Amino acid sequence: MATRETSKVPVNLDINGEQYDVLVEPRRTLLDCLREDLGLTGTKRVCDVGNCGACTVIADGRTGYSCLMLAVESEGLKITTIEGLAGEDGLHPVQQAFIQEDALQCGFCTPGQVLSVVSLLERNSDPSDEEIRLAVSGNLCRCGAYPKIFRAARTAAQIMSSK
Amino acid sequence: MIPAEFDYYAPTSVQEAIGLLQEKGPEAKLLAGGHSLVPLMKLRLAAPSVLIDLNRIAELRGIRSSDGGVAIGAMTTHSEVESSPELADRWPIFHVAGAMIGDPMVRHRGTIGGSLAHADPAGDWPAVALALDARMHIAGPNGERVVPAGEFFVDMLTSALEPDEVLTEIEIPALEGRVGMAYEKFRHPASGYAVVGVAAVVVTDGSGSCQDCRVAITGAGPKATRATGVEEALKGRPLDEQSISAAAERAGEGMAFLGDIYASEEYREHLTKVYTKRALLAAARSAQG
Ligand SMILES: Cc1cc2nc3c(=O)[nH]c(=O)nc-3n(C[C@H](O)[C@H](O)[C@H](O)COP(=O)(O)OP(=O)(O)OC[C@H]3O[C@@H](n4cnc5c(N)ncnc54)[C@H](O)[C@@H]3O)c2cc1C
Ligand code: FES
Ligand code: FES
Repeated sequence: MATRETSKVPVNLDINGEQYDVLVEPRRTLLDCLREDLGLTGTKRVCDVGNCGACTVIADGRTGYSCLMLAVESEGLKITTIEGLAGEDGLHPVQQAFIQEDALQCGFCTPGQVLSVVSLLERNSDPSDEEIRLAVSGNLCRCGAYPKIFRAARTAAQIMSSK
Repeated sequence: MIPAEFDYYAPTSVQEAIGLLQEKGPEAKLLAGGHSLVPLMKLRLAAPSVLIDLNRIAELRGIRSSDGGVAIGAMTTHSEVESSPELADRWPIFHVAGAMIGDPMVRHRGTIGGSLAHADPAGDWPAVALALDARMHIAGPNGERVVPAGEFFVDMLTSALEPDEVLTEIEIPALEGRVGMAYEKFRHPASGYAVVGVAAVVVTDGSGSCQDCRVAITGAGPKATRATGVEEALKGRPLDEQSISAAAERAGEGMAFLGDIYASEEYREHLTKVYTKRALLAAARSAQG
């Protein structure tokens, strides 16, 4: 069987407010494109099939698994990765809260956890414990840092509402 | 994990998508949220040579009222369905069942049309569609046809859709009378999929007896199915605990059960009865409340 040569296609991606023009195979996932083509390795790969949440990004205000999104279908979406959270005046309040509460052990799930909490707090500035739990229910933490992750989410809500 | 190679098209109208399906033949597949298809492609259990992305077709998205009922575009995401005020008011089951699908990331990208078309034996929307007697609007080379939910789920992972057809809209007909509905689900603790899920709709009159009801079961067998034995047993009876318990005993009649490492056939059969009773009790409460 002759192998078919799939040509690469041009894609324009809007990531953390910057425009990137890349040439990718249609089968390239957004995750692989971020990590391999753009060097944005903050977005992690673990299961690669939508089970763990390490690859979470925010797309048009909603969290999504970048390992199940194709780069080609991501054109036109406003993508935020962990690299896009810190601003000129330092870390995002959710990042600060994760450090303050020591809400991580190995840190591999952390970019996804942080983005899920950011996305929650953007829509709900004062979430209940249950809402926090549900918001990170797609982000597995094998180190079991959940109690501190929940605490960090509450702390972040306080930091953000006091601003 | 990398899918096999494919060519990618992103049409902007249903007509264009159907044209591409015809031109590219049965090796072409439609892409909706990709939350069932992309994992299969990564595992090489599916290897379409052409992918036709429905995400740029605006006409497939959104919820609109239709003829007293409501029509949900196939590309409407689980979370849009779950949080729709139009639906919550008259069909609260969409909020309840939608909130139980997977996790936030799955609900943000996965679509109701993709879930129905995929006919996953553990999917939640198939049971809801059956209990509401939904009408599937399907566009193909010869125009549109409408398939009732009762004829849409053919077998495990097989729907009534032909390879050159697109599911465009899910129409939910209006319900007359005092209506109650509920969805009860035993979630797989890791994936969230239904080990057993039961959707129940009951219609009652002033006297509190069951005028009509529909019960649909997912997760338990190879495809979502109506529990007609339960429905027959409850119609005309009072919507109380005694009649509901007796009717729920008939859940699973004539069904084939799936067994896997998580739940045996016997356990699923047992859960089917328990969850049927819970769903009917909750539906009866909401009809009377
Ligand atoms: C971690 C995880 C957990 C999950 N948990 C649950 C759960 O608890 N409950 C549940 O119900 N589901 C669950 N799912 C599945 C999820 O709901 C999928 O989104 C859904 O089953 C498929 O929808 P999709 O839009 O992603 O379709 P896709 O994956 O894009 O497509 C699925 C199939 O349908 C076809 N198709 C799609 N749209 C159309 C159309 N309009 N017309 C014709 N054919 C079409 C495609 O060609 C493909 O064959 C889970 C998925 C993951 C990854
Ligand atoms: S790497 Fe995407 S969900 Fe696990
Ligand atoms: S901190 Fe190690 S997986 Fe969460």
